[in-house]
Amino acid sequence: MAGHDHDHDHHHDHDHGSELSETQLRVRALETVLSEKGYIDPTALDAIVEAYEKKIGPRNGAVVVARAWTDPEFKKALLADATKAVASMGHMSRVGDHLVAVENTPQRHNMVVCTLCSCYPWEVLGLPPVWYKSAPYRSRAVKDPRGVLADFGVSLPKETEIRVWDSTAETRFLVLPMRPAGTEGWSADRLADLVSRDSMIGTALAKTPGGAN
Amino acid sequence: MTAIDPAAARKATQAIPSIPCDAEGPVFREPWEAQAFAITLHLYDRGLFQWPEWAAILGDEIKKAQSAGDPDTGETYYRHWLAALERIVAEKGVADPATLDRYFHAWDHAADRTPHGQPIELKPEDFR
Repeated sequence: MAGHDHDHDHHHDHDHGSELSETQLRVRALETVLSEKGYIDPTALDAIVEAYEKKIGPRNGAVVVARAWTDPEFKKALLADATKAVASMGHMSRVGDHLVAVENTPQRHNMVVCTLCSCYPWEVLGLPPVWYKSAPYRSRAVKDPRGVLADFGVSLPKETEIRVWDSTAETRFLVLPMRPAGTEGWSADRLADLVSRDSMIGTALAKTPGGAN
Repeated sequence: MTAIDPAAARKATQAIPSIPCDAEGPVFREPWEAQAFAITLHLYDRGLFQWPEWAAILGDEIKKAQSAGDPDTGETYYRHWLAALERIVAEKGVADPATLDRYFHAWDHAADRTPHGQPIELKPEDFR
């Protein structure tokens, strides 16, 4: 469809509507037409994408977190203005305009929800997991975050407050997980291996040295 | 098809050596790239085309883009892939450009009227 002109004016209102990029629209068009004609099965497509989800994006998030764990100045900058701090690392392709880093502490655990993958910082985190977009996850994460965490195998002390952040087109969140015990003296490189995507969404904790394989 | 056949993906990357890969398989920069890859893999599984045929069309799209000034540094790889995919479904009589264009604009309309935070769904009213 090289001859087609798709560069019409995308003047969507960010406050009220959603936005899909030109390539996202073309892929959705293909997916819908092909599945309506019975050539592809959307479920099977999800399965393929899911198999590769960990291969998508530069997975810069883990590097950002590991640096925050080892460089107090960077951590301060990250919590003050994540977009700027992440951009200062130089190798990011494109970060959302308003990336906000929220820090997990013994007192507070942060979790992020949004039903739209367009509102997910995939530049930093890679592809969102399939469940992240599901309506049950979104509604339950808001109503019963502790239950959702339990489903993911995470149990937090009763005293830990759970804060749920709703990602929007303007503001995307990166959870800064707590640095695991027993990693004193580790290099940022080695620490980055402990940072899973889910720990930066807040549905997991950073891996512990013993469980890191 | 609940599990991915790693052999199928491996065959694809062997047949199309230009697919960006790491040690374990294909890598993608954005979610839509994986979706375009998945659709292609799926159509191949359905027997719509053979890999050499796909490689020829993809190669042709890349050449066209290069002669139009594409720097071809790898960042635009899946744009060419998407163009090749649109072309092969047209050539096979599966979906013509006019139909794809109609759905393109319908999805654009659907996104536009969907409040942020809700899943974007296609409705009949989106086809105008």
